[in-house]
Amino acid sequence: MGMIRNIIRHKLALIGLIILIPMFLSALLAPIISPHNPVEPDMKQILSPPSIAHPFGTDTLGRDVFSRVMYGSRISLLVGFVSIGIAVMIGIVIGAISGYYGGMIDEVFMRFVDLMMCFPTFFLILAVIALLEPSIWNIMIVIGLTNWMGIARLVRAEILSIKNKEFVLAAKAQGFTEKRIIFNHVLPNSLTPVYVVATLGIGGAILTESALSFLGIGVQPPTPSWGNILTQAKDNIEVAWWLSLYPGLAIFLTVMGYNLLGEGLRDIFDPRRRYSGL
Amino acid sequence: MGPLLSVSELKKRYEVKKSLFSRDREIIRAVDSVSFDLKYGSTMGIVGESGSGKSTLARCILFLEKPDSGRVFFKDEDLMDVKKNELRSLRRDMQIIFQDPYSSLNPRKKVYETLSEPLLFHRIVGRDSVRERVIEILMDVGLNEDFIEKYPHEMSGGQRQRVAIGRALTTNPSLIVADEPVSSLDVSIQAQIVNLFLDIKEKTGISMLFVSHDLNIVRFISDDIMVMYKGMVVETGSKQEVFYNPLHPYTQMLIDSIKGDFFKKEVDYNTDISQGCPYFPRCSIRNDRCKKDTPVLIGDKDHKVLCFRYAN
Repeated sequence: MGMIRNIIRHKLALIGLIILIPMFLSALLAPIISPHNPVEPDMKQILSPPSIAHPFGTDTLGRDVFSRVMYGSRISLLVGFVSIGIAVMIGIVIGAISGYYGGMIDEVFMRFVDLMMCFPTFFLILAVIALLEPSIWNIMIVIGLTNWMGIARLVRAEILSIKNKEFVLAAKAQGFTEKRIIFNHVLPNSLTPVYVVATLGIGGAILTESALSFLGIGVQPPTPSWGNILTQAKDNIEVAWWLSLYPGLAIFLTVMGYNLLGEGLRDIFDPRRRYSGL
Repeated sequence: MGPLLSVSELKKRYEVKKSLFSRDREIIRAVDSVSFDLKYGSTMGIVGESGSGKSTLARCILFLEKPDSGRVFFKDEDLMDVKKNELRSLRRDMQIIFQDPYSSLNPRKKVYETLSEPLLFHRIVGRDSVRERVIEILMDVGLNEDFIEKYPHEMSGGQRQRVAIGRALTTNPSLIVADEPVSSLDVSIQAQIVNLFLDIKEKTGISMLFVSHDLNIVRFISDDIMVMYKGMVVETGSKQEVFYNPLHPYTQMLIDSIKGDFFKKEVDYNTDISQGCPYFPRCSIRNDRCKKDTPVLIGDKDHKVLCFRYAN
């Protein structure tokens, strides 16, 4: 409860949350509240501008953009959470082992992190997706596999500072196994900055997915995703502005929401900067 | 029956780089050839100023830090030789209490979790009687059931230290190493915690190593006293002997200081002490020999001192 109160007191975080909550709801409730079937063409309504029946207008096949944007939010949410979830899991494991054991293991893992960071991530993703078939699962896995390095470094640094605290020595003195010491005592006290980075990372992952779908190697039509709605939009940008505006706005607001929330969490977790937002 | 704990020739040194880019390393002998025995049921007080190596010694004895060389026999097991798993199960029998009870308690665990974890991990009690046992332990350290749901930051320093003592008692150890357990507490609380230690000693007959820079507190609780300076034992013996008949000039200075003679002039030169007596630069009774030769502990089992003056 204290956490929620802190977010509400922090204006930036609150704005982020206010943006994100409708996004969550629309993703969750899309099948119930969307006015039209997002994949059903209506040849009589091709490229019709926003109206009461179609608040965001229709696309080149007469599909309702409002419903498609709503369903698109499910993809974005899924990609954001699953890919960052993968990144966080890899990052925590690598960072924890590296920080706790140090020495040779640390050296090997950190050089591997340096190596991974040298790859231009987006092109790596392009190459991998080109080899595998473009599917939402492949995208999520690849985004996850190319985003864990920052988290690993962060966790390692936190663990380095915590592993010599006396409560960790006390746990060692009690004869606990190393596994228990790491997972029960060290890790829970070093994850706070990970929440912040993960929240910020979700925004990035959503952008990457949109870009991939825009390029046609992401989520495949007819499944709507904000990126592939924009692909169609670019051909009709002179006659159908609504086709670019709304999915664009959706991406913008969602990423913005995660960034604000992430910034807010950073302030909230850092007692020296508490409540300084806005 | 031999001693509970027998330490011989224990050494630990650290290398410190003098500056970021220099290759020179200064070697700090944190613990330098320390030997002593601790009998079952007795308490040894280790005194010394900060930097004298007493905390490092405490941690090396428990193998929280690995000593460079020497032997530590605990219940006739050589800790240098035991395997990792055996050491882990031996740890049950030797516990530590740290100086700062805020950093020694996991900030994310309630008192109940802190105290029940070792009970469950070592299968000391069954799952259904854990809560009962935790409350018993809380009572033993002068707290009550209300503390079960508290986090460390919700308690005062004295209460936290009581929890830390309770945690050390959960596994019914034979040895407790208390590393400056009252130094970070208010003076009024210090007395309470020292009394708690005395109670526990009386009730359980536990053996203790009590590390402190305060000779006055050590005097209350110890049967024997060991005085350390620069990693070496400069004087050791029974409480009576060391306190009422101090032989080493450093011990004498410590005792004078608690009597209120703070302003006794100390002789302090920046002398190279890589050889000779470690106390040479500050010693008031030194002579030429102290500069060249390193003294060894001399005396009988009741009272030993590291000084040439008594070598006859």
